[in-house]
Amino acid sequence: MGEGTQTDSAAGKAKTTAERTSDRELVVTRTFNGPARLVFEAWSKPELFQRWWAPPSFGITLISYEADVRTGGGYRLVMGHPASEQPMAFFGKYLEVTPPSRIVWTNDEGGEDGAVTTVTFEDKGGATRVVVHELYPSKEALDEAIASESTGAWPEQFEELDELIVTLEAKG
Amino acid sequence: MVQFSTSRLDASFAALSDATRRGVLEQLGRSDASITELADKFHMTLTGMKKHVGVLEQAGLVTTQKIGRVRTCTLGRDQLAEETAWIEEYRRLWASRFDALDQIVEELKQKETLDGRRHTD
Repeated sequence: MGEGTQTDSAAGKAKTTAERTSDRELVVTRTFNGPARLVFEAWSKPELFQRWWAPPSFGITLISYEADVRTGGGYRLVMGHPASEQPMAFFGKYLEVTPPSRIVWTNDEGGEDGAVTTVTFEDKGGATRVVVHELYPSKEALDEAIASESTGAWPEQFEELDELIVTLEAKG
Repeated sequence: MVQFSTSRLDASFAALSDATRRGVLEQLGRSDASITELADKFHMTLTGMKKHVGVLEQAGLVTTQKIGRVRTCTLGRDQLAEETAWIEEYRRLWASRFDALDQIVEELKQKETLDGRRHTD
């Protein structure tokens, strides 16, 4: 595993890992306790999908969701977040929908810099390993996504630095 | 849990363990400065200040740029730390989603079991 791999240490819950695997790619993994066809169903049926895609713990609310989940179909998601006055729209096309193993979609809200997301569902004898793979068109596009969505780069870093300095000075 | 690069953290702590270097960071927080200006300000030789700035640069806390004969120091963005924090936030988002998805998969499983029983009954 690479240095950048990050995992959940919370007891009792399956681990979710996330890693930047290359200049252009992010990979998220998780194993679910159920057969692939059920995990696929929860992902591909809009009435089920909208129950888990926008976690309330992140302050995200799902305002609307329309999807035609089949190869060549499209989707449009509108979500709200307290940090953003305007709701955010996410939309794209399904490049491939192959039950119960694979869904591929585009993320067109970012224009030409949007990633292509591939989700695979691997049956592991009653359990399912899900791999979410996001491929950006260029290193710059992924760097930009990270830079623009990072939480106020400078002021926060200064606070941390201040704290470090105070700690160090206290230690004398 | 975020797994920070240990060597990176060591470099940051080592850089911050020196009072002059902390002073340099504070100074650069107010405005960019050349190495000569910093050396004057902290009553040091140019060579001594170059060493301090080098340590801060290694730790990713300061970036320098040479324009003509003057090397200007700027508080540096620690891009690696930013990226690590971003990926951790991204992971947490997916983990929250997947915790909810877990419950739905569990519901579907139970429903299937019940339906199966009904069919066999």
